[in-house]
Amino acid sequence: MALERDKHAAERARLTLGEGELGELYRRMVLIRRFEDKVAEMYSRGKITGFCHLYAGEEGVAVGAIYALYDKDYVVSTYREHGHCLAKGASARSVMAELFGKVTGLSRGHGGSMHLFDQTVRFMGGYAIVGGGLPLAVGLGLSCQYKEEPEVVCCFFGDGALPQGAFHESLNIASLWKLPVIFICENNFYGMGTMVQNAVSQEELYHFAESYKMPGVRVDGQDVLEVYAAVTEAATRAREGDGPSLIEAVTYRYRGHSMSDPAEYRSKREERIWQERDPIKNLRRRMMQANPGAEARLETIDREVSEVIDDAVRFADESPEPGLEELGKYVYSSEQE
Amino acid sequence: MEATYLKAINQALHEEMRRDDNVFVMGEDVGELGGAFKVTEGLLEAFGEDRVIDTPISETLIVGAGIGAAVLGMRPVLEMQFGDFISCAFDQIVNTAATLRYRHGGQASCPLVLRAPSGAGVHGALFHSQNPEAWFTRVPGLKVVAPATPYDAKGLLKSAVRDDNPVIYFEHKRLYRSIKEDLPEGDFTVPIGPAELRLEGRDLSIITYGGTLHQSLDAARIVEKEGGLKVEVLDLRTLLPLDREAILATARKTGKVLIVHEDRLTGGIGGEVAAIIAEHAFDYLDGPIRRVCALDAHTAFSPPLEEYILPNTNKIVEAIRELAAY
Repeated sequence: MALERDKHAAERARLTLGEGELGELYRRMVLIRRFEDKVAEMYSRGKITGFCHLYAGEEGVAVGAIYALYDKDYVVSTYREHGHCLAKGASARSVMAELFGKVTGLSRGHGGSMHLFDQTVRFMGGYAIVGGGLPLAVGLGLSCQYKEEPEVVCCFFGDGALPQGAFHESLNIASLWKLPVIFICENNFYGMGTMVQNAVSQEELYHFAESYKMPGVRVDGQDVLEVYAAVTEAATRAREGDGPSLIEAVTYRYRGHSMSDPAEYRSKREERIWQERDPIKNLRRRMMQANPGAEARLETIDREVSEVIDDAVRFADESPEPGLEELGKYVYSSEQE
Repeated sequence: MEATYLKAINQALHEEMRRDDNVFVMGEDVGELGGAFKVTEGLLEAFGEDRVIDTPISETLIVGAGIGAAVLGMRPVLEMQFGDFISCAFDQIVNTAATLRYRHGGQASCPLVLRAPSGAGVHGALFHSQNPEAWFTRVPGLKVVAPATPYDAKGLLKSAVRDDNPVIYFEHKRLYRSIKEDLPEGDFTVPIGPAELRLEGRDLSIITYGGTLHQSLDAARIVEKEGGLKVEVLDLRTLLPLDREAILATARKTGKVLIVHEDRLTGGIGGEVAAIIAEHAFDYLDGPIRRVCALDAHTAFSPPLEEYILPNTNKIVEAIRELAAY
């Protein structure tokens, strides 16, 4: 099938995007990085508790993919979803407040880090059961198809979801019914501490697409433009009624699986190599090569993002916790709210 | 017009699909074949394949995709071909559907119906005879119903389709063609929640639902004929939420309670009903709360063994006599 990896795709994407658009990609990635770094800091200070999975290092995938969508398209994600949620347009304030467990959070503090959801920006949820979001994405696609609406669904999941039955059931039917779903596998090589080659019989994950008769491609997830280009193509296909695609974005999480995982199963050398391939540095370098004068603008973005994050933390910190009377609310939709 | 239990379900589907374009049916062989039991017969011809969707054997996907469609305002009626297969979709039901609204602070609803043909007595053996309702009746966010009559089968299904929450609808296979009832013309619903008093009495209460309602009524008639005992029979109809007021009212009225269900004894919903009564109507009781349920065993294929495992009219009669004499 088509959608072979095109090594020049990223460079072509750079040429088609204006400096303002590239700046926006940069801004979103920096926003996620700073957000996650701040979350780690707040976690160590006890402001955020529970299970918390950070996205630092993988920003190129969420940002590149979601930038290729329209605002009205849908996104489904995993438990490592702060980045997708922010990239889709949720406010840093409401995401941070949710992580703090505050009533001003996206889910009013009832969901926490792993269950973000923002209907207003069509971020249709992080799912804390591995593979659990894929069938739901198929249902969103089914609804779009039934209502003859032009939206597409972008469904993120990790390499750890491939051995799940839900992956097979979802890709099989999405292809059979030609649903407008883009499956994006973030292959960061580890399902918690288990290496992908010890978990999946075919570790070149994009090859699974062949079994489902859909296009499959492996892209460099550390290159936001390459992701953007691949998802642009997949979204066009989906929108035109040509069905789903599987995109394997090879990437790396800088931290452990969760805040409690020191990632001792990885070597320092491996981590260093990936840090050198950082998606933010990559784009910055590319933009500077094209226009050395861009630096001032990028520094302005850095400064603005820092202010947004500081403001989000202040907001979360000062927000109240949900009252105990909130507990019975939202369980059934007829409840008085 | 007279309708069987099966026909009543079929009518409800036809009428709800006609009423609302967002209602669609999805499941294994529900379209061309009209379902393994012919419950969905005629729907494909009436509404077309966009709204009567045959799926491969993928229960996780059926429920998960139903949830996705429901979040966007569709009203899926999903079929588990046999209620036993619901276990394949367990995660999507209890983790995704049941928690969806709460998890997101009330931002979205999940209006779906999951139909699950359940129950034994049809020699279906271990994987085609189960009554899995109690796996779900302890999950906030779900509603669970189990109609016992054609009228309730139709009315409860219509209510379930119109409800904004995920509703699991257990329909008893043995009742499909074995019971008939005159149904009123035109639209009617049966609300989710209230139990229904099927027989008024004063000496003893049977609390039951689903397939064992009919055995309970038969048993009540037998003991009345032989000794004049007046047994009250309460049909729960909805298992989540339970109608606590109706349960307590009948317990307080007669002071003796026999709980009957086809699900297994241990961990069955009868335990919860007994606990509600023990907590809130203890002073009214004149005897121990008794239960007639399936034995804590797998549903055997061997017909005598299956008969031995399941509740039946004789076992209920026996239990009534013992409890009445207490």
